[in-house]
Amino acid sequence: MAGIEVEGLTVAYSGAKPVVAVRSLDLRVDGGEPVAVIGPSGCGKSSLLLALAGLVPPSAGAVRIGGEGVAGPRLRTALMLQDLGLLPWKTVEHNAGLGLEIRGVDAATRRTVVRAVLERLGLAEFARAFPAELSGGMRQRVALARALALDADVLLMDEPLSALDALTREDLQDLLLGLWLQRRHTQVLVTHSIEEAVFLGRRIVVMTPRPGRVAAILDNPEAGERSYRASETFLHRCVTLRRMLAEEGAFASTEVDEAGGER
Amino acid sequence: MRPSKSRGMGYALASAVVLIVWQVLAWLLDTRALPSPGETAGALAAGLRTGILPNLVVSAWRVLLATTLGLVVGAPAGLLMGRSRRLDSVAGPLVFLAYPVPKVVFLPVLLVMFGIGDAPKVALMALIVFFQILVTARDAARAVSPSAVLSVQSLGASRWQGFRHVVVPASLPAIFTALRVSTGTAIAVLFFSETVAGTDGLGWYIMDAWTRIAYADMFAGIVAMGFMGVAIYEVLEIAESRLCRWTRAGRTDER
Repeated sequence: MAGIEVEGLTVAYSGAKPVVAVRSLDLRVDGGEPVAVIGPSGCGKSSLLLALAGLVPPSAGAVRIGGEGVAGPRLRTALMLQDLGLLPWKTVEHNAGLGLEIRGVDAATRRTVVRAVLERLGLAEFARAFPAELSGGMRQRVALARALALDADVLLMDEPLSALDALTREDLQDLLLGLWLQRRHTQVLVTHSIEEAVFLGRRIVVMTPRPGRVAAILDNPEAGERSYRASETFLHRCVTLRRMLAEEGAFASTEVDEAGGER
Repeated sequence: MRPSKSRGMGYALASAVVLIVWQVLAWLLDTRALPSPGETAGALAAGLRTGILPNLVVSAWRVLLATTLGLVVGAPAGLLMGRSRRLDSVAGPLVFLAYPVPKVVFLPVLLVMFGIGDAPKVALMALIVFFQILVTARDAARAVSPSAVLSVQSLGASRWQGFRHVVVPASLPAIFTALRVSTGTAIAVLFFSETVAGTDGLGWYIMDAWTRIAYADMFAGIVAMGFMGVAIYEVLEIAESRLCRWTRAGRTDER
């Protein structure tokens, strides 16, 4: 599996209001390692992910995946955005097979691969449905199906579960975990949820407020089992992570409230 | 197929209302200028064998040709403008300079350029459809969700694939709306141009009947024009329901 190396990465956007989203960020993700990234709102987490996906060119520094410099979208990297990037005008099977179609894979092969993936994710009977006809959790599965159809060895996710209700969310966290245990792909999950980060990240990267850098990395080697969620270690890890985030000002608005400030 | 069935009912109901109001008005006014539905139906039946049908075909052909031209040129141009800031900065001002000008004013020039046959009428309607589609397609392409674009880019899509998989389908519903609006305007303008300069077409047929004081024939022409409008609207409706199936998805309350 391909590892990720980020060296001195700076992502800046020019325009009417120039913004430095990420500054001199260093990060190493080993091949086959699941990492979670967490930090205050607007800390450049999404920009980091877009740079890893090769969609935003670094203003400085470099990104390498599997030892090769990233200069554009990579064949076996799958990116899942917050709204999942499903196209409303394509059916489930066409959405799932879109990556293959763009890569010029012929229709017959596409159908075979997509059918198998949909089967595995419990979506087979919805192959001809449109995304609008599915629940949030099902849409999430379609987005995963697209990544699996590509046989991605690097999976980048930007708060993919944030729109789901708590129960569906846990269900999909279990699914993500199960897939990772099976496939052992390299995984970078950007999330706002402390519990999600602790459940799914073997290392948890805490970012500073913008411009984003790595503030700290929390080792979480116990992650990787469904039962982890119910363990004492899990709870302690969540508390530790919450404290680390507070130090980075992730809860700025609550502090103002406690100080009796106006909203 | 239930929607089309209920639409059929709608048309039947609308026709009934029109016929009743028309009949009552004709009876109240009691003038030769407003023939009753019955007289008009007679004139229409007779006209179908003599004059109306060929003129209807001529007009319908002109509308079809003009709409196709306007669409084929306007839609791609608008989509490209919407997705390319550079192209938009050059072509945008030109378009917005020309867009508000009523295209009818170009009729004299078009008559000089193309004579009095099909060409000037088709060109005039094509201009109307073109601008409407161009402006709508441009706005629709600009409004395409950035994340949809990013997600196909992350899959390695080329610019052309981005158009095919995202920009075109995302803009289609808006383009259909523009088509419906602009064909309506185009038919009104077709009537005008056929009466000003022409020897055939439904517009000419109606004006000719008027000058002959053949009011029943005139109303038969008007009814035929109404049918043409309905036919065009229905064709667009069917095309849209085929090409934009997804816009009807997820509205479970309708099923």
